[in-house]
Amino acid sequence: PQQTAFLLRKQWTLYSVTPLYRFSGARLRDYGRLLGAFIAAEKQKGLAGGGGVELDIKVAVSSLPDLRGSDQDQAAVLVQLSSRSSASRKNSEEKLLWSGWFCCVSGDDLSERVPEDFTCLPLFLANGADSYTSIVGSWFQKTFDCCFRRLAISPLNLSWMAAMWTGCKVDKTASALELVFSVPSLPQPLDILYAIHPEDAKDLWDTVQKTPGEITQEEVDVFMDCLYSHFHRHFKIRLSATKLVKVSTAIASAHCDGFIKFLQSQYLTGVLMLLTELAISQIQ
Amino acid sequence: MQRRQSSKTPKQPLQGHHENQTDLSAWRKGGRIDPGKSVQNIQSPNDQKNDSKQDSLEQALSYFAKVQDRVSLKNNSVLQKHLTTVESIALQRGLPPEGFDVLLNVALSGKLADTVNTRLLKSLVPASVIPETSVISSVSWLCVSKCSGNIQLLFLRWLITVFDFIDRKEQLHALYGFFFSFLQDEKMCPYVCHLLYLLTRKESVKPFRIRRLLDLQAKMGMQSHLQALLSLYKLFCPELVTITLPGKMKTYFKSSEGPWKAAINTVRRRNQENSLVSQPLFLGTAQPQSRKRKWNTQLIIPASSTNKNNLEENREKNHVDLYSTSESFPVEQLQTFPQLLQNIHCLEFPSQMGSVLTNPLLLHYMNCIKDESVYLRLYYWMGQTLQEECTWCVADNNQYEEEFKDFLETVYKTECFLQEGFSSCEEFLYKSLPLWDGFCCRSQILKLVSWIPLSSSSEMKSHLYDPLAQLFFTSSLYFKCSVLETLKELLQNWLNWHMIHLDSEFESEVYSLNTTLSGLVNVVAELIHFVGWISTVALRLENNATFLLYFILDFYETVCDMYLRYNLPLLIMPPAGVFYPALLSMDSVSLNQLCYIMYRYRTNLVAAKENELSKKKTLQFKFSSQIYQEYNQYIIAMVGCLWTSRAFQKDIHPQGLRMDDELLKKTAVQEFRTSFNIVYHPAMMGYAVLFLQQAWPDDTTFDLSLIKGKRWNWYLEYLYAQGLKGLKVFIESSINRVSQASHSKAGNVQV
Repeated sequence: PQQTAFLLRKQWTLYSVTPLYRFSGARLRDYGRLLGAFIAAEKQKGLAGGGGVELDIKVAVSSLPDLRGSDQDQAAVLVQLSSRSSASRKNSEEKLLWSGWFCCVSGDDLSERVPEDFTCLPLFLANGADSYTSIVGSWFQKTFDCCFRRLAISPLNLSWMAAMWTGCKVDKTASALELVFSVPSLPQPLDILYAIHPEDAKDLWDTVQKTPGEITQEEVDVFMDCLYSHFHRHFKIRLSATKLVKVSTAIASAHCDGFIKFLQSQYLTGVLMLLTELAISQIQ
Repeated sequence: MQRRQSSKTPKQPLQGHHENQTDLSAWRKGGRIDPGKSVQNIQSPNDQKNDSKQDSLEQALSYFAKVQDRVSLKNNSVLQKHLTTVESIALQRGLPPEGFDVLLNVALSGKLADTVNTRLLKSLVPASVIPETSVISSVSWLCVSKCSGNIQLLFLRWLITVFDFIDRKEQLHALYGFFFSFLQDEKMCPYVCHLLYLLTRKESVKPFRIRRLLDLQAKMGMQSHLQALLSLYKLFCPELVTITLPGKMKTYFKSSEGPWKAAINTVRRRNQENSLVSQPLFLGTAQPQSRKRKWNTQLIIPASSTNKNNLEENREKNHVDLYSTSESFPVEQLQTFPQLLQNIHCLEFPSQMGSVLTNPLLLHYMNCIKDESVYLRLYYWMGQTLQEECTWCVADNNQYEEEFKDFLETVYKTECFLQEGFSSCEEFLYKSLPLWDGFCCRSQILKLVSWIPLSSSSEMKSHLYDPLAQLFFTSSLYFKCSVLETLKELLQNWLNWHMIHLDSEFESEVYSLNTTLSGLVNVVAELIHFVGWISTVALRLENNATFLLYFILDFYETVCDMYLRYNLPLLIMPPAGVFYPALLSMDSVSLNQLCYIMYRYRTNLVAAKENELSKKKTLQFKFSSQIYQEYNQYIIAMVGCLWTSRAFQKDIHPQGLRMDDELLKKTAVQEFRTSFNIVYHPAMMGYAVLFLQQAWPDDTTFDLSLIKGKRWNWYLEYLYAQGLKGLKVFIESSINRVSQASHSKAGNVQV
């Protein structure tokens, strides 16, 4: 959990990645070096600024062995870009510029199907400037012949997350279940924030869920319908006619445009498993 | 009034896509995107104002191409005008690739005053790329020293700044020695060093060059630019450069950016704005001109480049450095078919498999190497790209329809080349067809449909036929015809695939994988039944339009010959809703086509019966008696109509022409019996009248009943001579003319 603590409370942009061709988990250091050279070249490209400019970005590629669901999953791969200004080079003061990681949690669906030459890390999460995501992503695309695609989360999947995460036990005083809805076809965007006390939400979910540890689409629908009708009783607004765009709970918060923020390290792999599933369905 | 030529002579299987398969010119890699075109693309959203600008730029360029010696700027308003045009357009939008040749030539030839040359050089801002050829010719101007030292310097600084915009650099590398010789010029030396620094490859490092650099250093002292070049040489060949060089310097070279960098940035930003996209960075060395709107997709097909990843692996094993050329033949150098043959044992696929799409040589190679990972890499890339770029599935993509069209076209051409469909394409079609409006990228989508691979999946109905039928019924006549054409090509592609795999040794393997012969027959039958159904409905919707009927019958021309020509144990008769409209068509083309089709059905059925009877091989598949029955019903109706004039009595098809005499009499048509024979048939009556006119020009009564007996035979000859070959083969095969004299006796027509 210590090793993955830095993944919490950051907003990650989600991507799906097709299997990496001829990727080797044993050569991460080499990859870091090559990626560093590539970044340096990209930064100079187009305009020859002068040949001898030093690298000012340090690239580290490492493995996150804890982040996997089963032994079949490839260990997650972390890429970090940090700056080292020439002044502070000696006191090794580095500032993290960008980080991104590939992972696969219980992705047997995919990994069992591809030949040995391919490595399945179907979920990619990035935090930092888009320009770095772009360079790093392009390098991976070029080097391992893979494809990155933004991973949007459909309202249906968001409602699953709302239900699943509501049912999770959290030690500390939990934060509210927050749902954001956007009203379509209006000249001005109108968002509705619907916050439910976590215990109320949990009580509702417990009455809906029949078998613990198992969730059905029907249960999710009933849960959401209850929330909608409650809202309608008070505000006369039918949320079912709007689009669910964001779900926040004590476990994590997810946005339909493909952003996620993890809040509880004990549920990290659980959330990743769901996201891996979504990523795999996007590449197949 | 002639049958289509191609249906008289049996079509060869595989004929349809010959042009793509054997295009020899395609051996030469033609993948490069015409830079001129891409500039136009960038500017496409612009309006007429830009067209006029384009015109004035063209005028200016042609002026500079023809300009004579020593025109003074002061007294020449024409020169002033054109110079200003070039400058303003260059700074606003950048210059198109074709402009560089002209402007560099004039600026370096010394024809004009230095002030003009300087202004011209300063305005050389690329909109997309700079052709290598124009750089090469300007270097030759440099060698003859027609221009002043200042212009030479400015040119070198320009070259360094725009180095990455030059579209290729092979020939430029060949001039390495020339540039090297410029080192002795003291003023040019720093810039030449910088240029050499950009050009140097491992093979450029030679002992004599190192000596020369060391000499220069001894003469001029420690110069940062010389040290830069030396350190690069040392990096490549540490064994040759033994002197110790000081550690990393902050900067090796003076900035050469001059006036261009800001302008390039402005132009780039403006071109991006015009394409309404935000673009974090230019990616991909090969196409700085591409306007990628999202970094993670490559609608622009990647350029073939060697897999650096593998090179790196070699490095680890052999402990040679990154820059050494490895054993395998780099795909970038693969330009000709002989090269492919010579290096086929050591060729590696490019780092991004998508690049094979525009590289016919690699497609040949791909055809030879049946490697699962090759197809899988292509599958993932293509599948993701198609989904991401689909203009009707993804919001905000609709402005890129042209690009998407081009991409689909390329995919289609590749499928033709490989003679097989991609499964990623198939999946894309299944996903996107339900959302398709039938309009966007129509011809491309339909072409891709024709390459859906043959597999006995149950998905076809819900994924292909249902959405296609919806569009088919609600769209125009022309859309209907193009769908029918597409489905005919799909059928032919399937049949060809079946033929190839029947012959090849892989037979057992292929069939055991996912398709049994019976499964395959079922899939083909499903397609034919689908076409039969939509054709029947369409003929009603379109009032039996001849044009539509032509496409329907064209489809059945393939169907009726499946047994003999494609060795598939399957024949399916057209539904009555197709047969009768064709038989009673007002148009002799349709009738003739139907005659030909019925003749081919007969030939196929007879052959099948013979095979069955001879029992030479144990037949896995036998035609059911139903097909013979259907054929016989149709043939009775046809002979009854066209020949014996007994259709109304004899037709036994439930949807046929059988009618009671009582009912027929009520129509008040006098000679109703004969009204559909080859003389009175609405499609044939024109021939009959012309025949009478020609045979008896004096007789103006046009008594068609005169055509009987001997004249009936003459009339037949006349019809054959008019090109009704389908009718000829039909009558000769299906009508047993016991006695030449009595035409009314049709013999055993049944098989």
